[in-house]
Amino acid sequence: MLSVSPDPVTDDESERSPYAVRVEDLSITYRTTFERKPTLKQTIVRFGRGERAVHVVEALKHVSFDVRVGTAMGIIGSNGAGKSTLMRAMAGILPPTTGNVEVWGKASTLLALGVGFNKSLSGRENIVLGGLASGLSRREVEERVDDIAEWTELGDFIEMPMNTYSSGMAARVGFSVAVHMRPDILMIDEALSTGDAHFREKASAKMAELRDSARAMFLISHGLGSISEMCNDCIWLDKGRLMMRGRPDEVIDAYMKYVKVKKSATTTEDI
Amino acid sequence: MTAPTRERETEFEPVYHRYGPHRAGLPPLLPYFRELWHRRGFATEMSRAEIRGANSKTLFGQAWLVLNPLLLAAVYYLLVTILRGHHDPKVFVHLTLGLFAFQMVSHSMTSGTKSVVSAGKLLINTAFPRLLIPLSAVRTAVFHFLPTIPVYLVFHLIFLTRVWSPSMFLSLYFFGCMLLFSAGLAAFFATVQVYFRDTSSFLPYFVRIWMYLSPVLWLPENVAHFSKTVVTIIQLNPMYAMLGGYAEAIQEEKVPDVGLFLSSGLWAVAVAVIGFLFFISRERDFAVRLT
Repeated sequence: MLSVSPDPVTDDESERSPYAVRVEDLSITYRTTFERKPTLKQTIVRFGRGERAVHVVEALKHVSFDVRVGTAMGIIGSNGAGKSTLMRAMAGILPPTTGNVEVWGKASTLLALGVGFNKSLSGRENIVLGGLASGLSRREVEERVDDIAEWTELGDFIEMPMNTYSSGMAARVGFSVAVHMRPDILMIDEALSTGDAHFREKASAKMAELRDSARAMFLISHGLGSISEMCNDCIWLDKGRLMMRGRPDEVIDAYMKYVKVKKSATTTEDI
Repeated sequence: MTAPTRERETEFEPVYHRYGPHRAGLPPLLPYFRELWHRRGFATEMSRAEIRGANSKTLFGQAWLVLNPLLLAAVYYLLVTILRGHHDPKVFVHLTLGLFAFQMVSHSMTSGTKSVVSAGKLLINTAFPRLLIPLSAVRTAVFHFLPTIPVYLVFHLIFLTRVWSPSMFLSLYFFGCMLLFSAGLAAFFATVQVYFRDTSSFLPYFVRIWMYLSPVLWLPENVAHFSKTVVTIIQLNPMYAMLGGYAEAIQEEKVPDVGLFLSSGLWAVAVAVIGFLFFISRERDFAVRLT
């Protein structure tokens, strides 16, 4: 299989593929039954009426783009535009309905922050669990667990069960785990929304550092300020379609015009 | 996720993944199982976390791992003694042996069934071979089984003082079969549960009936007088061969029939292959179903 693409390598010092991610004509359709949970009772009622309650949700429609190594890409769009779905497809979690996703590198996903793996375990134990979930070996995890715990700045709380944490504290643990996995491709979904000012600043610095070392970074945020600050490329999704791709300022401007929101302090800041 | 194509394992060569349309169907199995093996530490930690988390708020804490089998044995001792009207040590020791082993299989199955659906956030946010989830549930069941071994040995020492023989080691074969069988069942029912959420509600009843049909509360010799057809039907139960061979090896100082070995092995392998392949062929669809 191709690991090195035939295209000439432009700016990279090694002979690696110039791409980090390539998405070709990606569509993702969820087919869900109308009831959130398929149960026998509903099934019998539905059978009786002779109807099939299949709901088709087109989360992504024919999205194509490629991302070169060294890109920090912002993904913007309204709620339900398919941003998280796109991330999950790039992480290999959601299978495409049609199209292809190619990824060069180990992806570390920080999707939907505050995923405490087990609330009755301590922060430290959850760090181990999170590290193993991202594919590290036990030894690698044990080497890093102290750094990760230190970085959260939770002090003694790190030994307390996660159900004593506030959502911001849980987010710190989740963020810290994700950024310490030395991923090739970092994907961050609404990372900074629950952190306090101090942590947000620290996280921004860490992300800037990772942007230089990782092959590519993806950042989903409704805080358009942080997108234009952190990213050098941007795509805008709306109802599953790729509306625009370009420099963050241009895309954000177009997006603002589209949703008819005046650029104000409230929209540019991470709320 | 499908098993990723790992080009080379070095730091400088990026790992290449290609994700194409895929609803049902098997990924390349060799890379899948290699990745599964690579991530085994995660399954171990998930199961360990569950065991630690489960009793964290109780007064007795981890002592429940031994208290549970003791109480269970006590309840069934009462039941059997009352039903039979007298104390029968042989029946009691057989009962505990069968009960603990059956519990391991049924725990694997019931907790394996719920494992994928309850993995929720973890499943939709992280990519790893999903088979780790039910396998982790099986590990938990095995770790609940381990403390029952000393409990059983104490009963064995008290009631079957003179029954010790090298054939006891043959029970390991039957234990292995039960383990493989459990893993297959856990994977199979975990998949079914994703599509049909009522499965986990039906299972406890099914498990209870299954236990009554297996040689746990009765001995194989108790059914010997039934007609041939009935006996054949009873013997078709996979747990008949597995528990039967297991108990014979441990308590009867004899090498179990070849038939029991063959039947146990075949059931275990067949159920494991079917369960695993069914699970793997569907696992990429799980994220879509659980969102």
